[in-house]
Amino acid sequence: MFKKFTRDDISSRSNIKSSVQRSLRTRFVDQFPNIEEHIDEVVPKKSQLTQVKCQDRLSLYTADGELVFLQQHDDDLIPSLRLVHKLPKDTFPWVRVDRGAIKFILGGANIMCPGLTSAGAEMPVSYEKGQLVAIYAEGKEHALAIGRLEMSTDDITKLNKGIGVTVILFLGDGIWNLGPQI
Amino acid sequence: MIYCGVCTLPPEYCEFGGAHKRCKEWLEKNHADMFQKIYPVDGVAAGVSSLSVEKQEEIDRKVQKQVAREEAKAERELAKKLSSKILVKRIERNKRKHIIVVAGLEQIDVEMKKMAKTFASRFATGASVTKSPEGKDEIVIQGDVGEEVEEYLVAYLSKEGLSDIKVELVEDKKRKK
Ligand SMILES: [Zn+2]
Repeated sequence: MFKKFTRDDISSRSNIKSSVQRSLRTRFVDQFPNIEEHIDEVVPKKSQLTQVKCQDRLSLYTADGELVFLQQHDDDLIPSLRLVHKLPKDTFPWVRVDRGAIKFILGGANIMCPGLTSAGAEMPVSYEKGQLVAIYAEGKEHALAIGRLEMSTDDITKLNKGIGVTVILFLGDGIWNLGPQI
Repeated sequence: MIYCGVCTLPPEYCEFGGAHKRCKEWLEKNHADMFQKIYPVDGVAAGVSSLSVEKQEEIDRKVQKQVAREEAKAERELAKKLSSKILVKRIERNKRKHIIVVAGLEQIDVEMKKMAKTFASRFATGASVTKSPEGKDEIVIQGDVGEEVEEYLVAYLSKEGLSDIKVELVEDKKRKK
């Protein structure tokens, strides 16, 4: 989704009001309840979130220059991959793809159902369509992408055909390549 | 969290990048323990299947094909979105009277009846939803308020983040009944 994103797509930066910061914090916790115990590391109370506005109504929210989450239109908050790497695996809902799918994901493709149902793959919890998930891979420790379920995990197993997860962020995409400091 | 000093990914993913050889050298030099873990036997990544070069190339081709297909699809959708517009037609009803027909609103998720009501109260006139000959819903507004309607729609679209949908005001003399 942000494969070709570059710094040129950034249009402005501004510090957000503390009331907005509080509501974003609350929203993030609502979306991912397990993050509650880490929220003070994620959005430190004393640090100011910066809103980096980009083309197509995309906003990146950074704390001390590090991307925490992003939001397009008024959709749900998408955690950054570097944030996911910092937190325990069960902080965010996750699925695991088989080894064969890694190349596709890192090339910018979406995830086909068989990549989520084969022997090396795992979907430990049932989720509904639309759920944001961190994407792990067979034989790897760290998440390589963030995506959204195109169908429920039950349907992915049952149909086992077509796109199961749309990839939103992946290692090496335009957002990743902005670097650790935006 | 350690990231590769060469390709910036977590080192376990270096094998998928284009600089794998340099990545390995960097890791061995800077994080020998991690190097041992990721490349336990003779510097070969753990879990790397013994795929033949042909098989590997076939997978690469498949990846490229799928990515190209998805990109083409995304581009088609974007082109479609960019080409979409809302037409505000100024139609001569008789010598001095005009009505305004707004067509193309089905592209945006909008409650037609509510929109018609908004127009009616905003421009102090009558507005209703009718079906076009093609069977699409249109809003017909009594009175010569084309420019006002255009202005309102532009502002509305920008507020909704749909500024890529264009609004065009056109004269339409030959209205089919
Ligand atoms: Zn590397």
